[in-house]
Amino acid sequence: MVGSENLPGARFSEAQIWDWLTEVPDPELPFVSVVDLGIVRSVRTTDDETQVVVTPTYSGCPATAVITLAIEQKLAEKGLQNCWVTQKISPPWTTDWISDDGRAKLKANGIAPPSGQASCAGMMAKAPVRCPRCNSANTSRMSFFGSTPCKASYRCDDCLEPFDYFKPF
Amino acid sequence: MRPSQTDNTLTTSADGPDTDVLFCALLRLGDNCLILAQQIGKWCGHAPDLEEDIALANVGLDLIGQTQMWLNYAGEVEGKGRSADDLAFFRDTREFRNALLVEQRDEDYGGTIMRQFLFDLWHFNLLQHLCQSSDSGIQEIAAKAVKEVAYHADRSTDLVIRLGDGSDESHRKMQDALDSIWFCVEELHSPDRMDEAATDLGMLPDLVKIGVDFRGQLSNILAKANLTEPSDVAMRHGGKSGLHGEGLGYLLAEMQSLQRIHPGAQW
Repeated sequence: MVGSENLPGARFSEAQIWDWLTEVPDPELPFVSVVDLGIVRSVRTTDDETQVVVTPTYSGCPATAVITLAIEQKLAEKGLQNCWVTQKISPPWTTDWISDDGRAKLKANGIAPPSGQASCAGMMAKAPVRCPRCNSANTSRMSFFGSTPCKASYRCDDCLEPFDYFKPF
Repeated sequence: MRPSQTDNTLTTSADGPDTDVLFCALLRLGDNCLILAQQIGKWCGHAPDLEEDIALANVGLDLIGQTQMWLNYAGEVEGKGRSADDLAFFRDTREFRNALLVEQRDEDYGGTIMRQFLFDLWHFNLLQHLCQSSDSGIQEIAAKAVKEVAYHADRSTDLVIRLGDGSDESHRKMQDALDSIWFCVEELHSPDRMDEAATDLGMLPDLVKIGVDFRGQLSNILAKANLTEPSDVAMRHGGKSGLHGEGLGYLLAEMQSLQRIHPGAQW
């Protein structure tokens, strides 16, 4: 009973729900899923309801509301009823939660994944940032902030391409 | 002008004075973020170059997100059903609890950067300590915000050093900006009765101690930026107890106009 013809009220495993959530893209970075980014913190399901807990990346990120809606829609499409998405800010989201798969997808799409651990805030530029195209570590920061709060603007000093860098956070 | 009911007094509520202290502390934290976000929002589409434009819009967005967390929590603590939006759009000037620093007008982009730098550096120090607050709600919000503010402080410190130690013109503009806003610095780290009550309850850290760290870091950075710390300036206080300059009224008039004309309008 997997697929789009699930009967209303059917019971699904939490693993199945996690799997469906990998189909929900991040609105700003559509090539990675909300699971890849580590935004989904937990899934809990009982006979009566399913609760998905998500955490915002940056506190003012406008994508957060869109993500909540997209998760609710996806699970409704799959036939889940009484599904709630709740927000939790603690512990705060960190780029350390981005999966290896997510990092590879970022790089493949021209965005340098976070370099090093984000255990310490304000670690910008302390670990070398590699160009996602030619892999050179000879890069310079153009701006602390890029097209979204989570990214900075960099330039590769070897291949001369500008690129986005997903800041350790 | 007669002070309104909430000015500088501990209002009493059914939950007692601790709740009032927490509510006031949260308004101060939230209002600082809100007013500064509104100030820098004006550069969106107009900043001197594209990177600056994007950076300021992003910093403003972070501050708005933090405002929502602080003011929503303030509304919960108050227990009168007010949301972050109600608190942002339906309070008048005297009910705002932001420090004077953030409401100051900037004469040029140097003023924008200097105001931002002074706030970011103080804000970063404060938030680091708020992560150990006795109040779990403050702790959680601070732990989220401090990561964002670390980047704000990195960026504005970098700019102040580059511009202060830059060309003759950029140096002059940064020194003028520092001289004209210096009177607001002391208020940030001077506790009043409300701050002391919050510190006694462990909700807020000791602002005097934070002030020592903040002023030490500030002196180092200003020296690197080749800027001179002003002396003999009469320091002003009062913003955090609701005594504001006239600029805040104009700022609120613009920020609140839509909600005042169409109360409850949704995006």
